[in-house]
Amino acid sequence: MVLLETSHLTKRFGGLVALRDVDLVVQERAIHSVIGPNGAGKTTLFNCITGFLVPDAGDIRFSGTSITGLRPDLVARLGIARTYQNIRLFRHLSVLDNVLIGLHPHINYSLLDAILRTPRYRRAERAAEREARELLAFVGLAGKEFFTAANLPYGDQRRLEIARALALRPKLLLLDEPTAGMNPHETEEMIRLIRRLRDERGITILLIEHDMKVVMNISDVVTVLDFGEKIAEGTPEEVRRDPRVIEAYLGRGAASGLGPSTLPLPGEA
Amino acid sequence: MTIAAPRRFTGGRRIDISQLIVWAIGGILLAIVLLGSILTLRAGHYTAAQWRDFVVFGIAQGAIYALIALGYTMVYGVLRMINFAHGEVFMSGAMTTFFLADYLNRSGFLKAHPWISLVAMLLFSGLVSMTVAVLVERIAYRPLRGAPRLVPLITAVGASFFLQYTFRGLFGSGVRAYPAIPVLQGKLWVFQKTQVAVFIGVLITLALLVLFLQRTRAGLAIRAVAEDREAAALMGVDVDRAIVTTFAVGGFMAGIAGVLYALVFVQVQFFMGFLPGIKAFTAAVLGGIGNLPGAAVGGLVLGVIESIGPSLFFDGYGIRAAHQLKDVIAFTILVLILIFRPTGLLGERLGGEERV
Amino acid sequence: MIVRAARRAIFIGLVAGIAAWHLSLVGLIPAFAQRRLVGDTLTFSYALLIALLALAAFATGRRYPGAAQRIPWGILSALVSSLMLFLLALLVTHLNLRQILLNATPELARVLTFGGGASGAGLVRLLLIGLLAGLFAGGLSALPRPWGRVIVSAALMTLLLGLLRDVLGPLLPQVVTSFLYGTAGLSLAGAVVTFLLAAVLFTLRWSLRANAVTARATAAVPATVRQPVIQALLLLILASVPLWAGLFLSNVADFVGFYILMGLGLNLVLGFAGLLDLGYVAFFAVGAYTMAVLTSPEVGQRFTLDFWVALPIAVVTTVLAGLLVGLPVLRMRGDYLAIATLGFGEIVRLLVLSDWLKPYLGGAQGVTRIARPSIASWRIDSPQEFYLLVLISCLFAWFLSVRLRDSRLGRSWFAIREDEHVAQAMGINRVTVKLSAFAIGASFGGLSGALFASLVGSVVPASFSLLVSINVVALLVLGGMGSLPGVVVGALALVGLPELLREFQEYRLLVYGIVLIAMMLFRPAGLLPERIHRRELEEAVEEAREIAPAEIATGRG
Repeated sequence: MVLLETSHLTKRFGGLVALRDVDLVVQERAIHSVIGPNGAGKTTLFNCITGFLVPDAGDIRFSGTSITGLRPDLVARLGIARTYQNIRLFRHLSVLDNVLIGLHPHINYSLLDAILRTPRYRRAERAAEREARELLAFVGLAGKEFFTAANLPYGDQRRLEIARALALRPKLLLLDEPTAGMNPHETEEMIRLIRRLRDERGITILLIEHDMKVVMNISDVVTVLDFGEKIAEGTPEEVRRDPRVIEAYLGRGAASGLGPSTLPLPGEA
Repeated sequence: MTIAAPRRFTGGRRIDISQLIVWAIGGILLAIVLLGSILTLRAGHYTAAQWRDFVVFGIAQGAIYALIALGYTMVYGVLRMINFAHGEVFMSGAMTTFFLADYLNRSGFLKAHPWISLVAMLLFSGLVSMTVAVLVERIAYRPLRGAPRLVPLITAVGASFFLQYTFRGLFGSGVRAYPAIPVLQGKLWVFQKTQVAVFIGVLITLALLVLFLQRTRAGLAIRAVAEDREAAALMGVDVDRAIVTTFAVGGFMAGIAGVLYALVFVQVQFFMGFLPGIKAFTAAVLGGIGNLPGAAVGGLVLGVIESIGPSLFFDGYGIRAAHQLKDVIAFTILVLILIFRPTGLLGERLGGEERV
Repeated sequence: MIVRAARRAIFIGLVAGIAAWHLSLVGLIPAFAQRRLVGDTLTFSYALLIALLALAAFATGRRYPGAAQRIPWGILSALVSSLMLFLLALLVTHLNLRQILLNATPELARVLTFGGGASGAGLVRLLLIGLLAGLFAGGLSALPRPWGRVIVSAALMTLLLGLLRDVLGPLLPQVVTSFLYGTAGLSLAGAVVTFLLAAVLFTLRWSLRANAVTARATAAVPATVRQPVIQALLLLILASVPLWAGLFLSNVADFVGFYILMGLGLNLVLGFAGLLDLGYVAFFAVGAYTMAVLTSPEVGQRFTLDFWVALPIAVVTTVLAGLLVGLPVLRMRGDYLAIATLGFGEIVRLLVLSDWLKPYLGGAQGVTRIARPSIASWRIDSPQEFYLLVLISCLFAWFLSVRLRDSRLGRSWFAIREDEHVAQAMGINRVTVKLSAFAIGASFGGLSGALFASLVGSVVPASFSLLVSINVVALLVLGGMGSLPGVVVGALALVGLPELLREFQEYRLLVYGIVLIAMMLFRPAGLLPERIHRRELEEAVEEAREIAPAEIATGRG
């Protein structure tokens, strides 16, 4: 079943075309990667989906309804959560509060309930805290609830960002380079976590990633963007053999700063 | 460390109720102003000569705003922050130079060599304001570069009041009257001679500023930092020095503006920096903050609107003492421009990445 | 190494000296020359000067590890500052600067040299004091951790007690007063006893707190029992103020209360939601003028409402005003928001002042004959009676602040403050969240304004200048943005103290300026930081300071 679908998605910044006629289909419970050289339009795609950018043309459909141009907070409430390439936590708040803020749309009580601390407020707050702790445990941050977010080590910050995104109870999770800046061991763990998200929680993953090993390792489908256009799509195996992809990377490989180890060369494991 | 936010996304259109209400209020205000103007013009209380005088006065006033506005805009260009204390930089030059002017006057030098005196006053005022601006940067802003945005904003407000009340403490809270400069008395065709002097002074200063920015290494460094601080630093530009230079140049112009202001309005006191400061800021935003020609144009536009506005907009309604509403007009323009066109009339010219 | 250390010590001494020049020439130091703190000799001016010398020594000394280096370099710094003081005294005595600098008087020279005058005797006296101050500060910084702090706190406490002689004297039992205080300030014996008592108290508190860290972790139960008791006691003391405080003190307490209310209101906007509103006075004004127009027979429709009817209307009006200001500024970034709100505040003041609206709002003369509240036959008239009303309002605002802070709305405010973009991505509607901060924050200001108008009985536009907004921002910054106890401490220090010290009035705004800058530089989270916010904000500034000179090139930030 299709969860997310963009058709003819186009976004311009002045003269620059960041996305041109992008058709993307994300199947439910898939791990779907978007790759492409720097400036290919990947993050713009994310921003369009999450409502921070309004596309100039085209349509975005989520679970069958159009969400094009919907306000970001409404998109989030429909079940699309995201993380950021450069981690963006609520740095001065506690780990627990970060997740509780993510639960915001699911906490139901009125202002009056909060002021009077009615049973309803207490119940909702208790339930929220329980869920938040459970999410923290899921990503491996149990016991760190009252640390300040900014004081967590780098890898934990990434996990917290994911826990916070999970608090939205998303159907679709957009991960923007979740393994950026991680060592091989941390990357391994992150890959495992992403798999668990899909397998245990049934969350569909759309992911931007530069590390080709990660992409090839976990993706069901890979979409390749170049200069705002989709140039290839398919299983990791298919994409890797696609001559246009090789050209896109190799042609400007040196300039875009991608090391040889991350190039999807044929025959490389 | 705060994380740099990406560009503000304004690509598409998305309208919600809150925006509609804001637009509606804007529309009502516009209608009031238009209706008032029509009523005023039909009533014909003012002669063409009076309107002309309004405009002339507005231009002279606006030219001074323009000079101060350049300081706001230049600092914004390199640091992406509003130097809230800039109005006080302007005040400090004007206040201090009073004593020089007074001395020159009493010693008779002012009468004997008015032009030399004037130049000396301008330079002195410029230097004082420059020193103050550099000190403010050094003490209140530099140690906090990179801190959350709110932090330097608060120190800027603090610096502003610190300077105001320092000058009040040093020189007293009374109003001081600048001596009249004999050669600048009287009229030249329809203009007051002081107005002409102000206008020429502003033009010369602007020309010097353009030369400085275009032709000197320091000017080049400032432009490079405004364009892209990181790239400039990588290219070997001394960023700290460029920033200090910016404050110095902006301060110098504010000092010159201070003396010119004193020529027109004669009186100076410790609180004099607040209104011109806010208005110059309005001018800077009006022209697109970060945009140098914009600041100049914005200053003139604001000066003229403020000068003719009270009569033109309100006289038709028969409002009592409409001239009291002059500052209301200035502040309303400020608020409206921030709401409806924060990028200014000429567009914000920002190098590099805009930070939210 | 030695050259560098000497240069640093001299530099710091010079900086402290310049600060002393500044404070002297703006008149702050001479203004307090008559304010005796201890005995007949130690005036507030002297205390300030000695504090500056000691600070120079301390700032120099703390860079070094041991007493062997701290003390000599500290003394050098203090001596340099002393020389600067002497230099100013010389200048003031021998040059006639009074034409330009108001405070460059012979009197200043006497104060600067601790009574010695700009002569050899004065120089010797100054150097001696510099030496002692340096020795004291250097020695202090060399003491183990808590002792330095305890001694400084106790000394400050003593000075504060001396400073408040005129206020506290009449309140304390006759025996205590006559023992503690002399003809002016503390008596010598009183000072010694106060100092020792304060030292014991601070030591106790410190050791209690040191224990509490471990105690709290093991047994959380006592805290839940203890807290209500402490709260009840505090409430009792607060409620009893009108019984023991006189007219003057009650009046001051009322004004502090108005500022606490405003501080709590702005705290929602600035402290919680991170929006710097420089036009907060507008809400105070709207509340005050609504009360005035509705209850005074002088303006408007010539009808008058009862105080209790007008009060809720005033609050609702300010909420609407909050929405009106909030709506257009929603999409603005921080610095533009500050200026736009400042613009709103000024527009309100100018409109109120204008002749155009004079028939409705009274113009420059304002409105008088504003109603006072009465309950049944009891007319709440005196500041003492009014105090209870103010207290109840403050408690109510505090209560609301706590409840909102701990709710989902409070968390949304924090999220917006931390990162607006991410907050939206978390499903938070920034329009409603920001508007609610503005509206609720405004209502506290409106309540404050309405009470103010009623107590004073009249309103004039001059009471609603930008300075009020700055005052509220400053007290928040001093206490700690986002911290509720901080609001109270800030209001006491920045509103209460100046009201008590007449000489201080003129330098209030100068001190606000210094407070705003100094707090941001040295203690950005405030004196009583919001629990979790604290370390982070300090770290951020610390980090910024480290990055600033060299690494700005890498463009973090």
